[in-house]
Amino acid sequence: MPFGLLKYGLRNNYPAKHHFTPSKELKKHYDVVIIGGGGHGAAIAYNLAKYHGITNVAILEKSYLGGGNTARNTAVIRSNYLTEAGVNFYSESVKLFNNLSNEFNYNVMMENRGQLTLAHSDAAIRSFRWRAEVNQHLGVRSELVDRQTIAELVPNLNMSEDSRFPIMAGLWHADGATARHDAVAWGYAKGACDRGVELHQLTEVEDIEITNGRVTAVKTNRGRVECGAVVQAVAGASSIVAKKAGIPLPIHCYPLQAMVTQPYKPILTPHVSSPQVHVYVHQTSRGEFVIGGGSDPYPLYNTRATLDQRESLSAAALELFPFLSQARLLRQWAGTTDMTPDYSPIMGLSPVENYYLDAGWGTWGFKATPICGVTMAELVATKKVPDLIKPFELERFYRFEQINEAGATAASH
Amino acid sequence: MKLLTCPLNGKRNISEFTYGGEYHVMPDHRTSSARDWAEHVFFHDNIAGIVTEWWCHTASSFWFLAERNTITDEVIRTFKADEIYQQRIDFTAIATETPS
Repeated sequence: MPFGLLKYGLRNNYPAKHHFTPSKELKKHYDVVIIGGGGHGAAIAYNLAKYHGITNVAILEKSYLGGGNTARNTAVIRSNYLTEAGVNFYSESVKLFNNLSNEFNYNVMMENRGQLTLAHSDAAIRSFRWRAEVNQHLGVRSELVDRQTIAELVPNLNMSEDSRFPIMAGLWHADGATARHDAVAWGYAKGACDRGVELHQLTEVEDIEITNGRVTAVKTNRGRVECGAVVQAVAGASSIVAKKAGIPLPIHCYPLQAMVTQPYKPILTPHVSSPQVHVYVHQTSRGEFVIGGGSDPYPLYNTRATLDQRESLSAAALELFPFLSQARLLRQWAGTTDMTPDYSPIMGLSPVENYYLDAGWGTWGFKATPICGVTMAELVATKKVPDLIKPFELERFYRFEQINEAGATAASH
Repeated sequence: MKLLTCPLNGKRNISEFTYGGEYHVMPDHRTSSARDWAEHVFFHDNIAGIVTEWWCHTASSFWFLAERNTITDEVIRTFKADEIYQQRIDFTAIATETPS
């Protein structure tokens, strides 16, 4: 229970406090420059300041705090992945999410609703059984469930056997959750700024200076800044920023589209996902149905919404939840996803000394925000790669040691 | 509806096509290292701007190249692969040269 909230609620007046430091001139030097003021960048800064005592830190954000993919993702939190590296990493993140409101003394509206993935084929059941076994072995709550259990978990799901892809079984992930994505970024940024970190919005990194294989400064639209270390956390622009440091990345950018309906009374509790019909649906605490997971069929740096995706997402959502046929769409949007060949992130060291990568976040970035903050901050502070993220280093592609999470990723590509 | 001009089949709905990746020159296996191959297979230029890329008209299995702007999604032109590949590449001959 966030006690600050309780105290605030019992007050006679409600003083509003500014969350973040007002913008000021850039200093000449920072120990750490974080490129990208989204959830990840803010989480890294927060952990550096709170747990490693490194406060001479600047977050440089070309637009505004949490305005990129932090704002555009559909706020799904889960850890039912397939590989040991993936499950261990994301389950630590879910644990941190569960305590995040206490950590910040700031409500991130975490809701443990559970997540249900649907199998419409024997092949899907086999892969779900595999995932359930791996998950249970690593302490994550996942189990294969039959049609009757599915009907009990989600009473308004279309269980007809006459549909094109009848539901045969499901993977029930009780640890699945959702949280307010903006609040996560704000909570981290506030906690970081309270401890002396500077957040510089409307500050775009234009070039990166490297001397003798080591990063020394960044050039921005507001001047040059010297720095001891740089972390890039710019999901959707990773290739572009890394190229300024001369680092090639195995990433292709695809737009991922989602949409929401008008708010309705609470009727759907868990998050329901179907890899077969390419859709996932959940109802937010405000009552809107979030319908997501439509990837464009080819790479693009553009966040326009298309009629094609609206049509296919609607068709798939109606197949699962026919009552949505009466629902009105409120908006549709896209985010740019950094797709890696193995659907796992790229974290850790780069070929440039003191330049750290937090990239390749495809469609799995929001759920990793807290653990990413912890592990990347530890890496920057100690220069030692934490065991939890060692498997995700860029070098894995050169060693042909990919971490295949293609099947456990909700969005289709 | 977005259209793409196939050099063989003309203007068709883009849903009839499959994206085939960036155009890259394949490294010569006789002189390149495992690292070169990793870069060729996994890494991408991922340019925000005009790119050259492979496309396939799925139903007719016809592969061709396109120049496309990845910011505006405008296709500048599409062309047959013989603009780049003048000679047939004999993979069988290359394969038999490979030391066992």
